Amino acid sequence: MTTASAARRTPLYELHKEAGGKIVDFHGWELPVQYSSIVKEHQAVRTACGIFDVSHMGQVTVSGPQALEFVQKINSNDAERLKPGDAMYSHMPNERGGIVDDIIVSRLAADRFFIVVNAATREKDFAWMTLQAKGLDVRLADRGDDYGMVALQGPRAAELMDVIAPGSAKLKRFGALELELFGEPSLITRTGYTGEDGCEFIVPTAVTPLVWQALMAKGSAFGLLPCGLGARDTLRLEAGYLLYGSDIDDEHSPFEAGYGWVVKLTKKDFIGKKWLEAQKDSGIRRRLTGIRMLEGGVPRAGMAVTLDGRRLGTLSSASFSPTFRIGIGMGYFDRTDLAAGTRVALDMHGRTVAAEVAALPFYRLPK
Amino acid sequence: MTNADACRYTKSHEWAASAGDVVTVGVSDHAQKEITDVVFVDLPKVGRKVSKGEAVAVVESVKAAFDIYAPISGEIVAVNGELAKAPGLVNESPQDKGWFFRVKPANAGELGELMDAAAYDKFLKAGGH
Repeated sequence: MTTASAARRTPLYELHKEAGGKIVDFHGWELPVQYSSIVKEHQAVRTACGIFDVSHMGQVTVSGPQALEFVQKINSNDAERLKPGDAMYSHMPNERGGIVDDIIVSRLAADRFFIVVNAATREKDFAWMTLQAKGLDVRLADRGDDYGMVALQGPRAAELMDVIAPGSAKLKRFGALELELFGEPSLITRTGYTGEDGCEFIVPTAVTPLVWQALMAKGSAFGLLPCGLGARDTLRLEAGYLLYGSDIDDEHSPFEAGYGWVVKLTKKDFIGKKWLEAQKDSGIRRRLTGIRMLEGGVPRAGMAVTLDGRRLGTLSSASFSPTFRIGIGMGYFDRTDLAAGTRVALDMHGRTVAAEVAALPFYRLPK
Repeated sequence: MTNADACRYTKSHEWAASAGDVVTVGVSDHAQKEITDVVFVDLPKVGRKVSKGEAVAVVESVKAAFDIYAPISGEIVAVNGELAKAPGLVNESPQDKGWFFRVKPANAGELGELMDAAAYDKFLKAGGH
């Protein structure tokens, strides 16, 4: 049982206020939804670069002789393939085909891992991990209060990354680099939630404002804008990334979400493996499906989608797409055979509006 | 061209300006700043009879949808078709190119009951939302 607490602030709260950030409550955190304009911030990340305060995210460190066994047990992807300095995206399945959380796992050494978890699930995740660590020679620590986190994203992110941390732009996609930033032990991962190149700076809370200020000071030459949660959501939606609590949860499986690639059924036993094997054999009955509007109007999460007057499901995530200048969304439909281009309809404030099934992701980084 | 000072205003942040026998309606500069990037506007049909305070249009930003209310009763005689192609006009030019619709008033006195520019300014300064 958790008790309600006052809104939490990240180490960057004062800087957001000074910069004119419009502060909202996000799962109990006071964070900026935008600074200037969601559309402008979105475009900055697609064409130049932007920074995001993601200090609300949680961090869990795992170490000890059985660290690998533990990580393998709780996640569906294959951590054995990670060399020190490698990171991967994965899901933590429960025992009945649902997802406890989606995570980024970095292997820092043979017996040392660093896991980034979602803010809203931080306490639940750590309790779950602690339970699963019983009987294993492994040490877990919830480091969420010790670290701030800044995401630098966009086609020009690598250039700026190299200014802030010289040499770091050599880091490959899904690489993890331990280094000192402003004299403090920090981590840079070549990861993000926007569909663009970029990295995330994971730094002790005391120096998080220094990292943010350095990025702001050096960033104008690279077209950098500070970006809020609004742009973060439109960018990740275009890129087909999942939002935990909306698109996935304890009741939906990675296969249903279209993320079967994070489930490695060939690896040794892991939590949920039997259930996931059975679902793979029997097939899924609902699938997370993309839609694109064929006329004006902005789809929103919760809106019903119909095919020939029959309800298919509701949207789990939806918005206006600043890149495509049209509404996009996704939701679980109880038809898994719908081809891209299939005409569907949305009930929008009492109006019936035309849309079509669209392949996910909507946006892929140009090669 | 609509002169912001000559407009009348509602507490729900619509402006209304009279010219000849029609009243043009839009949202105030304060409202467009609160709404942020306008990406879609759903306008009423020409010929529709509306009552003062009735929700007659919807304006959508990336994050949310907002109802626009008729400041006076009457009949919709024109809508701003430009907003279909360029909804951003609401942000760029809220009291001119970003107008929403025109109403032929049912009651001549209704417009005068709305706030004038000075009263609206006072309303905003008092924290009116």
